[in-house]
Amino acid sequence: MGMMSSIAMMLGREPGGRLENDQVDPEAAAIMEAKFAKGTTKERRAKLKAEHDAKSSHKWRNWRWFSIIVVNLLFVASFQWDVQLIEGSLTASRVFGFHFADLNAALQVMLAFKEVLINLLIGTVTVFILWWALGGRTFCSWVCPYHLLAEWAEMIHLKLVKMKMVVDLPLHRGTRTVLYVVFVVLALVTGYTVFEAVSPVGILSRALIYGPGLALLWVLALLVFEIFVSRRAWCRYVCPIGLTYGIVGTTSPVHVKYDIVNCLHEGDCRKVCMVPHVLEVTKRGHAAKVAQGLGPDCTRCGMCIDVCPTGSLAFEVRGLNKLL
Amino acid sequence: MMSDTNTSPPAKVPSRRARAARRAFIRSVFFGGTVVGAAMLGFFPVKKAWTKRLRPPGALDEDDFLAACIKCGQCVQVCPVEAIKLGDLDEGFGVGVPFVGARDQACDFSCDAVQCVLACPTGALTHEIDRKEQVTMGLARVTRPNACLARRGEGIKGTARGTDFDGKLRYMEVDRWTPIPVTDHPYDLDLCDLCARECPIDGAITIERLNLDLSDLRGDPVVFDKCVGCGVCEMMCPVDPPAIVVVERLRYGDL
Repeated sequence: MGMMSSIAMMLGREPGGRLENDQVDPEAAAIMEAKFAKGTTKERRAKLKAEHDAKSSHKWRNWRWFSIIVVNLLFVASFQWDVQLIEGSLTASRVFGFHFADLNAALQVMLAFKEVLINLLIGTVTVFILWWALGGRTFCSWVCPYHLLAEWAEMIHLKLVKMKMVVDLPLHRGTRTVLYVVFVVLALVTGYTVFEAVSPVGILSRALIYGPGLALLWVLALLVFEIFVSRRAWCRYVCPIGLTYGIVGTTSPVHVKYDIVNCLHEGDCRKVCMVPHVLEVTKRGHAAKVAQGLGPDCTRCGMCIDVCPTGSLAFEVRGLNKLL
Repeated sequence: MMSDTNTSPPAKVPSRRARAARRAFIRSVFFGGTVVGAAMLGFFPVKKAWTKRLRPPGALDEDDFLAACIKCGQCVQVCPVEAIKLGDLDEGFGVGVPFVGARDQACDFSCDAVQCVLACPTGALTHEIDRKEQVTMGLARVTRPNACLARRGEGIKGTARGTDFDGKLRYMEVDRWTPIPVTDHPYDLDLCDLCARECPIDGAITIERLNLDLSDLRGDPVVFDKCVGCGVCEMMCPVDPPAIVVVERLRYGDL
């Protein structure tokens, strides 16, 4: 899948569907044929699944939760004990004296204020480079405090779905793109950073550092919506911060790599994924190449890696193999 | 859900998938509209000025300030007396925007070099100022002259704001570098002059005698054009509510 089509998919286009034979790389086609010529896939699937379940791990999820908690606590601790290593919150901060600015918050300020101070520009460029190097939406799943709360809400949601008490009502994925444009235009036209009024990331980060306030009610409302109405609605269909970092990560070296060789196309990965359209390639007959990175919308959360019984998904740093 | 595409009749009746997509679209419009609507509600508190706030030193004009502020709170973190607080949800677009609640804790310039201005990454607190005398937060006004102790010819004994007051102030004569709790600094004055006495700006407030009769102690607090609106007078005024308050963004000569 080309970069342009993966970006289009991030912006809301439906995944392409099954590929024609001539679209598939001959090597990949040969592997697929060999894989299924053996037959007895059902048994192998069951066996692998049993093996995997036996040593079921949440390795990446645990690391991620640790990362989110530590990063946010660093902000809190730094202020509480006046260490002055990290000052500010997730919208903008100074880390060891270096300016950091959240790209979306900075964009809102630049559009509303229509002036760019050099410090803000430095902070923006620093953060751009940092998150490009780390994978773009890595910010979402490894740093964003709302992501963690939403993950817990999602666990409740999935339990309720299993008990048939609620039904997930999906929205159109293009909603986020439309809202992105709406918030850009609103900042430009009104001259206020309109999105910041409802950004759960800014609200949560500030609440953690400077103390809770009424604004947490908005975050609570979002979580309730996600539990009872629509799974991961904010992160999937709304958050412009996620889209911003998604765009940053399009050419990032850090991504999750999918390899068709062992994959038995169970689809477990898509069930746990917040952005399952990036895992569309894992469906039988959807991958054009033997190995490929998932699209930029992937938050590099590693849930699919944890759940995959065949080890077909793995983190990869492009170019690192060549270096080593 | 999955097997419906092959079995459903063609044309006329939209397929289940098409209907699901249609419902998803309608939901998207509603949810997206709700989020944008909720964000735009932030207009009302700002336009109606429901909560007028004293902004930290160097703040741009209110509209520019709200636009330029990235809502990070770095100004909060550097303030030695923690005078700066952040706005909440009821302030609309002012959520996360810093203000000084002068009555609880005024800006006493004990940082000496307007640290909040230096901390601001976006220039919402303009870097054009670097001395306390250049600050223009507002202007002090005696709004309740009849309550003013000086005007009534009364003194002050004990702490300025009672024993459970949390505010701090730098008393030059006590400690040049460190602000101390106001409760640790009792007074014994025949005539209250705390607003003038503790004002961090030279020549901003004086107590002018009401008449030349030396047996008549009464005096009137008079605010001059040097006043920067830091709010120390408002914090230190012993009567409650205070006789002197800072009017946000008012400048000398506006009256």
